[in-house]
Amino acid sequence: MSATSAIAGTQLLATEDLSAYYGERKALGDVSIGFRRKAVTAVIGPSGCGKTTLLRCLNRIHEVAFDARVEGRVLLEGQDIYVSGVDPMSIRRRIGMVFQRPNPFPTLSILDNALACAPRGLSRQGRLDVAERALRSAALWDEVKDKLRTSPLRLSGGQQQRLCIARAVAAEPEVLLMDEPTASLDPIATAVIEELMDSLTDTFTIVAVTHNMQQAARVSDVTAFMLADEHGVGRLIEMDDTAKLFTKPSDHRTEDYITGRFG
Amino acid sequence: MTVGALRYRRLKQRRVFGSLGTALALLCSVLAAGSLLAILGYVVVQGVSAINWNFLTQLPHPIGVPGGGVGNGILGTFIIIGIATAMAVPIGLLTGIYLALFGRGPIPEALRFLSDVLSGVPSIAIGLFAYAVLVAPLKHFSALSASFAFMMLMLPLLVRTSEQAIRSVPQTVREGALALGMSNFRATVRIVLPTARPAIITALLLAIARVTGETAPLLFTAFGSQYWEANPNNPMAVLALQVFNYAISPYPDWQAQAWAGAFLLVVAVFILSLGARLMLRRAMRGLDS
Repeated sequence: MSATSAIAGTQLLATEDLSAYYGERKALGDVSIGFRRKAVTAVIGPSGCGKTTLLRCLNRIHEVAFDARVEGRVLLEGQDIYVSGVDPMSIRRRIGMVFQRPNPFPTLSILDNALACAPRGLSRQGRLDVAERALRSAALWDEVKDKLRTSPLRLSGGQQQRLCIARAVAAEPEVLLMDEPTASLDPIATAVIEELMDSLTDTFTIVAVTHNMQQAARVSDVTAFMLADEHGVGRLIEMDDTAKLFTKPSDHRTEDYITGRFG
Repeated sequence: MTVGALRYRRLKQRRVFGSLGTALALLCSVLAAGSLLAILGYVVVQGVSAINWNFLTQLPHPIGVPGGGVGNGILGTFIIIGIATAMAVPIGLLTGIYLALFGRGPIPEALRFLSDVLSGVPSIAIGLFAYAVLVAPLKHFSALSASFAFMMLMLPLLVRTSEQAIRSVPQTVREGALALGMSNFRATVRIVLPTARPAIITALLLAIARVTGETAPLLFTAFGSQYWEANPNNPMAVLALQVFNYAISPYPDWQAQAWAGAFLLVVAVFILSLGARLMLRRAMRGLDS
């Protein structure tokens, strides 16, 4: 307990005994984890280990699925975001999310996608400024500045994903959750996104799920390893500085996983 | 070696069965498409000669007076379908949204079941119902009662297809909107509905096409009229009804006009279906990503 409070200052977001269910099925069990401020935390583990579910609990998007529920606590700046009276919409504005597959809004232009959750009532110029800032921080501005009013569906997959990052960044969240953001992208687009993640940590606390260990090693400061137990419940096995976890893991299961013995 | 021989024999057999199957499927397709083309061709041949400007714009003439048209029936068709659409779209769309977004549990299941039942009710029964609730108590026929009947015919189609259209919007798009902190309402109105719009419009066009040729419910609702009538509270001429009345009349003049009216209805349905197809293509393109 004292350990938790000792590091609370550097942790923007943390969970305590977090469990998540889909109906009767427990997908995530008793996870207590803290995410360091303005750092990239990678969550790795084989398919079905609950890493995506963990991520989806952090911005209360988990509960959108039918029959889904959560037990335990998620603390944002020490405040439990699951107590009654907390508006999930305001939480999602503070904790943005980028999904596994690029999901730009198909009927909105590139500009309107970037502005999808920008404050209303801005002037025309104000809107353009917000959009430009967001698109620049997603390293997309130069590629789309001449076609802001066209459909995002004509962009490449990597560009679409950066548009989704811009869209999330425009809301000026504190945390950015990324659910395998490069899983559907080619190596070059992946490299661009990874570079971007690095520059985004100047502003944001990033939690990224990946099943690509090289990626975790490349982009993250801290890595958490998850594994499903014999009942299929996702558990946090260990969490450490990325360099340490990949060289001297303290749990043999972590070592088995990163050396490729399973998963 | 025996394996090779066996393979070869089977291949031959497959080829024979394959071409037999293809031939049979082709024959059935020709029968299906051919009968449709035959109907269309017959209607065109019989109907097109009586189509002229007067036919489209004039009132019917009394028996024995040559010429005359179905202008009032065309107007009536537009008015009755217009009112029916105005009533059916909000109800059908909102029900579809409700089913798509909150569609679990006994109440939505019951709604779906009722909607399916309603779509199977014969149109004449729906016409009778409209008669019972809107004509008999008010003691006069009216275009409004016909619109009411048409609305009941359009509703099940709109409900189920708009539900499907909204459901076919990828969950990731909806979650993307919610993850940005949009409310459920805003995500639906601003993101989900526009994505589903082409498919919803397709459904609407098909629903309109469905009622355009309906005649049975009009017999005891709109009833028909010899005059220009734009007041929905009064009996009104409708094209499909005129076709029916002219077709069963003993006068060759009127019978020719019935064919011409049928031709107009076929053209209208054709255009609506074509529009629906074009919209559907757009819908598919929009969801491709």
